[in-house]
Amino acid sequence: MADSAHPVEDLHLRNLTKRFGDHAAVDDLTLTIPAGSFFALLGASGCGKTTTLRMVAGLEDPTEGSIHIGDRDITSLRAFERPVNTVFQSYALFPHLDIFENVAFGLRRRGIKDVKPQVEQMLELVELSALARRKPTQLSGGQQQRVAVARALINRPDVLLLDEPLGALDLKLRRQMQIELKRIQTEVGTTFVHVTHDQEEAMTMADTVAVMNAGRIEQMGHPADIYELPRTVFVANFLGQSNLIQGSADGRSGDDVLISAFGETFRVPASRTFATGSSAVVGVRPEKMTILDLVDADKVPSDHNHLQGRVTDVSYTGVSTQYLVMTPWEQELIVFEQNMIVGDRCEVGDEVVVHWSPQHTFGLDGTAGTTVGVDPEVLDLEAASQALISDVSGS
Amino acid sequence: MVAVVPGTTGKASPPAVTQRRSRTGYLLLFPGLAWLGVFFAIPFVTLFFTSLQQDVPGKSGKYTAGLQFSNYSEALAEYWPQFLRSFIYAGIATLLALMIAYPLAYFIAFRAGRWRSLMLVLVIAPSFASFLLRTYAWRTILSDEGPITSTLDALHLLPDGRVLNTGIAVVAGLTYNFLPFMILPLYAALEKIDPRLIEAASDLYASPQTAFRKVTWPLSMPGVVAGTLLTFIPAAGDYINAELLGSTKDRMIGNVIQTNFIEFRDYPTASALSFVLMAAILVLVFTYIRRAGTEDLV
Repeated sequence: MADSAHPVEDLHLRNLTKRFGDHAAVDDLTLTIPAGSFFALLGASGCGKTTTLRMVAGLEDPTEGSIHIGDRDITSLRAFERPVNTVFQSYALFPHLDIFENVAFGLRRRGIKDVKPQVEQMLELVELSALARRKPTQLSGGQQQRVAVARALINRPDVLLLDEPLGALDLKLRRQMQIELKRIQTEVGTTFVHVTHDQEEAMTMADTVAVMNAGRIEQMGHPADIYELPRTVFVANFLGQSNLIQGSADGRSGDDVLISAFGETFRVPASRTFATGSSAVVGVRPEKMTILDLVDADKVPSDHNHLQGRVTDVSYTGVSTQYLVMTPWEQELIVFEQNMIVGDRCEVGDEVVVHWSPQHTFGLDGTAGTTVGVDPEVLDLEAASQALISDVSGS
Repeated sequence: MVAVVPGTTGKASPPAVTQRRSRTGYLLLFPGLAWLGVFFAIPFVTLFFTSLQQDVPGKSGKYTAGLQFSNYSEALAEYWPQFLRSFIYAGIATLLALMIAYPLAYFIAFRAGRWRSLMLVLVIAPSFASFLLRTYAWRTILSDEGPITSTLDALHLLPDGRVLNTGIAVVAGLTYNFLPFMILPLYAALEKIDPRLIEAASDLYASPQTAFRKVTWPLSMPGVVAGTLLTFIPAAGDYINAELLGSTKDRMIGNVIQTNFIEFRDYPTASALSFVLMAAILVLVFTYIRRAGTEDLV
């Protein structure tokens, strides 16, 4: 209950582990979430993010480890004793109570007699004052979502937990609610811990993102920092799209590590290389690459990484054009070009050269391959279309 | 029975469609209405006129049509203790059934996991044996030499030294026989409650007891209302339990009606009693639903 006498404090998770049978849903997680931050736990379903959240809420007991808020150990407190509130995935509004009573629920349980001013103020914050006497089922999804936020926030928790709060909303409403939640967070200054599988949502809302995989945190930091410099293949694939080329690190040239792959050599600044052994992966984001017709190959800056290929697909999306470029070793790379060029674009079948700055290149540990973290459905789709192509061309 | 047929009041809709719709509505209602007409409305009217018949002077057991409303006052004056007893027994049995059924239904709904279906079948399983047979079985269970009676007697819990042929046996029989009618609606209501609501309550500072009081219990009210009605109404009119498990001192209104019909052949009195019972139950039910405030849920 954060008031002026009781400043908001950091949330510490120490060696937090949750095992279901042999399976470690959360594996030795140590993490400090700074007071007042908007923190996103990002990961695919089953990565342990929701389990982590439920342990903080007190709805799940950790197998090992501890949870502190400031200096207070809350690990053994039961859910209703914790200064933490949750916005549930399906909102879990009480269907037998009207909106006013839903929002007042926490205050009444703590024995506060005059709840009216606080509830009205909170309903105003989420712009639902007019609907105070409606029942939850009479509200739209977005309105129910705001009630869920108001119901949790009114208790002025030290930490507000949001479990996929926008998952049930359609795309347009989700965008709107992202902005709304961010506004509310700035206004109240409470620590928000937001669990989501939607990387765009995590990046637009949070000031710190932690990417979770198999019960561990792969990488944590400011969204832009993680996006620009992923440290693992999983993060490079899971957060946005990446072109990843399997190779081996063999030597240095000044401050750059040289990674060779399929006869090409790529320069990666040592500060951007996280490969420990010789097996390495060269990575670059699609929008960092420039595409040129092969005849203009001399325009490629000499210090840039580059490779040749053939255009296999062009999709014009208005803001940008998305190219698929087939490398000589039969790997399809994605290239996004902003539509700034007046005149001809490349066409399917064109022989091209793509180039990008070493400052946009990253080197990753390559022992696990290049597809970790890619949505399995995307991989299935790719395999299916490959099979189809070979089928059609074979007959 | 008020048949509300959608479409008949819609002035704007084309007449052809309206007509076809209304005809479909009546067709759908027909089997139910016919059934009610033959097996409820007609007997109901007959019963009402029987309750107002007069004696034929000098010939006992013969009655002629009439409007003898005194049948009602006489029946009530003579049999009000049995009426009162019926409602008290049925009330106690309903409360006991609720106390037994609620924890059981709660367990089946929230904790039984993969045993859920099996447990539900076990709840209904006794109904596969005849009602009479099961009630007879209770005679053996509660008999003076049986283990229950001797145990209770050894503990000096029985003032008369017996269970069978007392009011306790009748209430026990009623509770047992109508228990499934309490469990099933309670289960249906509890099963519908999203367990995340209880988590949400505990997240909002409600202890498990408070969460039950403020969330689970109010959300299970439709089941409680349905279950208590389905138990109370048949229990109040029952005569088998009192007949087989009680003594003459424990007779309920059902026994009186039955004796008047079958043994004394006093049809007017029996019919009048039936009507009073029906009216009393209707009044009780409406007051109860009002009090429970769940008109929209039942």
